[in-house]
Amino acid sequence: MRQRVVITGMGWVTPMGDDIEGVWKRMLAGECGIGRTTIFEADTFPTQFSAEVRNFDLARILGASADKHRDASRNAKFALAAAKQAWDQSGLANWTTLNPADVGVYLGGGEGPVDFLNFAAAAVKGWQSGQARGLDALDGAAWGEVAMKQLDGTCEMEQDPNMASSHLAVCFKAAGPNANTLTACAASTQAIGEATAIIRRGDAEVMLSGGTHSMIHPLGVTGFNRLTALSNRNDDFTTASRPFDRTRDGFVLGEGAGMIVLESLEHAQARGGKILAEVVGYGSTADAFRVTDIHEEGRGPVASMTMAFKEADMTPGDIGYISAHGTGTSENDKIETLSIKKVFGEKAPSTPISSIKSMMGHLIAAAGAVEIITCVLAIRDNIVPPTINLNTPDPNCDLDYVPLKARKVNVNAALSNSFGFGGQNDTLIVRTFE
Amino acid sequence: MIDQHRVVVTGVGVVSPVGIGVSDFWDSLTEGKCGITPIDTLDMSTLPSGIGGQSPEFRVSNFVPKTYRKSTKLMSRDIELAVVAAHQAATDASLPTRCLIERNELEGPAIDPTRFGANIGAGLICPELNELSEALTTAADDAGEFSLKAWGNEGMSNLTPLWLLKFLPNMLASHVTIIHDAQSASNAITCCEASSHLAIGEAFRSIGRGVMDVCICGGAESKINPMKVARFGLMNRLAESSDPQGACRPFAADRTGTVVAEGGGLLILESLDHAQSRGATIYAEIVGFGSAGSTHHWAIPDPAGEGTTLAIRKALKDARMTAADVDLISTFGAGMVEHDAAEQVAWNKAMGSRVAEIPALAIKGSVGNSGAGSGAIDLAASLLAMKHNTVPPSRNTDARNSEQSLGFVQGDPIDAPINSFVSVAYGLSGVQNAALAIRKFTE
Repeated sequence: MRQRVVITGMGWVTPMGDDIEGVWKRMLAGECGIGRTTIFEADTFPTQFSAEVRNFDLARILGASADKHRDASRNAKFALAAAKQAWDQSGLANWTTLNPADVGVYLGGGEGPVDFLNFAAAAVKGWQSGQARGLDALDGAAWGEVAMKQLDGTCEMEQDPNMASSHLAVCFKAAGPNANTLTACAASTQAIGEATAIIRRGDAEVMLSGGTHSMIHPLGVTGFNRLTALSNRNDDFTTASRPFDRTRDGFVLGEGAGMIVLESLEHAQARGGKILAEVVGYGSTADAFRVTDIHEEGRGPVASMTMAFKEADMTPGDIGYISAHGTGTSENDKIETLSIKKVFGEKAPSTPISSIKSMMGHLIAAAGAVEIITCVLAIRDNIVPPTINLNTPDPNCDLDYVPLKARKVNVNAALSNSFGFGGQNDTLIVRTFE
Repeated sequence: MIDQHRVVVTGVGVVSPVGIGVSDFWDSLTEGKCGITPIDTLDMSTLPSGIGGQSPEFRVSNFVPKTYRKSTKLMSRDIELAVVAAHQAATDASLPTRCLIERNELEGPAIDPTRFGANIGAGLICPELNELSEALTTAADDAGEFSLKAWGNEGMSNLTPLWLLKFLPNMLASHVTIIHDAQSASNAITCCEASSHLAIGEAFRSIGRGVMDVCICGGAESKINPMKVARFGLMNRLAESSDPQGACRPFAADRTGTVVAEGGGLLILESLDHAQSRGATIYAEIVGFGSAGSTHHWAIPDPAGEGTTLAIRKALKDARMTAADVDLISTFGAGMVEHDAAEQVAWNKAMGSRVAEIPALAIKGSVGNSGAGSGAIDLAASLLAMKHNTVPPSRNTDARNSEQSLGFVQGDPIDAPINSFVSVAYGLSGVQNAALAIRKFTE
């Protein structure tokens, strides 16, 4: 039998804080988590600001066992902290008959931050030595000497993208299915969709799922700056993230994690677990168009939303809130708007849409997980968070993006979109549990 | 099980240090060849090892439609391996994809792109060191020290604008889906050496539940990069390397570690209905998949092999098979001291006395460890063994002994009727384990 899948726990670590209710309040108040970059010296970079997680202390959330994970990457630590909140909320920690083999992990986890300065030291030494020897290439021996001396084995291993998922399996004794996907900015939406499918088909009763990522390091910012994907509004950074606004000039890099506990309905009910929402629809498609651009007609996003509706056996009229991918890049916001219009038809103008990236930036692989949690909170409280900094209408973005102020509105079901570089499209639909 | 569709393998594509394409690859394995050699593209003298498994030379532009040749500039080595393996797999399956039709290798009409997906495992892709080092050096100060200020100011502009796109792990799938026009679900599992098995297992489930009819799945990775050698060296994973051809010794009593390699393996999976309606030749049927996490430690293998055992057991149960139904054991065996020992324990637990009765296969002595690509290359070898009812020798292994119940063929290949096999893979870092049970197709 096809299992129904529900959410019984949620946790996050975000640039606006690391407790569910506090961050939710700040979001509804339209606050902003963006500041000058402090993780590294970015004052000569084209983009000198980001949405950093501040005052993060794993031990405060995870307790004494935090010490075991002290060598984990920033990503894995964010994931552990978010998962702990979700796990506690679910009440599963007290469920003594839980079989570890029935608990799995499916994460959309990013690679751990690169050990950049040590890497750069080896690169410079290797290249300069190559030049001195007239090679016009790296001198491998000179590179290797510095690399073997300055790089650290544990730090290198912790960069493997599956490591956060691995730490979670050990910390929460999850011996069931375990995987990590890294489909760029769509990763955690995809992970939650796949984790849901694993429970539906009976391969696990409980899945810890979500995403975690930090690309706020010199090489990450370099990569996005070279793509001209980031906002450069260095003198007005708190208003730099402007999804759907005509003056938008790129996204703002954020970091963090969002984790949820997914459970088969049967399992949740049998133990009297409190059900926060039901995951009813998942769609995943590839643009199969270009590596560098989104398909102009929104072919992939349209197919992804359509697929999610089909699984949910719902229609656009059932959706009370759309959590947009809404990055604040010129191309994304325009094509996402077009795609929503194509799928929602006459319901498009009256469906509230917002992008919380306006407040906390783009958490890359973790973005979708944080956004699905936002959807569940919107359903719970019948209120949707605003898109802040939306002051100048764009004729290409003419839907209702809930500008500036949160809005009370009836939300029984919400749809969340995530799109990634390379044409990855993923959609989830969550609904109030009945 | 709720899956409605049977899932079959109709194409195998492989790029490995012992050959590109199933025919060369199989010939090399049966001849016991070894693809491990000194790496001569760079001076590796200060690294802990200078050997690796390099693929025969290829030009990636010979494997894409003419209109896509420009985009090959955006491909890192890992992406190239996937693109070549994809071409091989589609060709082997006689699958009319956009790529093969535009290249006039097959006639249309193309298969329905909206029912065609991809699930391609990938590793942490290393930057091309020459390219990045040259750019970083422009930010060095007079004393030859790298300056982050100078990098932010001017230095980074020496990096090509689309640089990042070469190193996102989902770009393997992205290029392949564009080249072959696969518009259904696309996934990029990044679980080190377990990636291919997880990707193929998930593709099996996706087709089973009707999300798509066809999926190109597996994995690819290049570890032929000084950075990857340094990383593995710092993690104490590398084999003693004075004799390249004898360096990687899966399960052998005198094994000392693994050897880096590059490679990619992709399979074409189809629903049985789809395969039959187009008259495809069927290699085998995927009948079971199991995935499990080790809760022992995130970086140290569990000596009790629990996660690996559970994955194998789940795959067998899913296939409604018992150990007695298995004719071949397809091991992961990277040549690691602790990992291989844990894997041996897992096979004993999951298969009992059957382990000592049937042949096993370990190919990394020939092809090395290509990370996310390695599992699919193992599967390709076992699929070919089943097709030919022949078990090739497992290079650099020991025959059965008191410590090792796995029975590897020595010397010449042996004839053996193989109706089904079980294959396992796991990450050297991390807790992910995945197993697949595969059977000869019968109606």
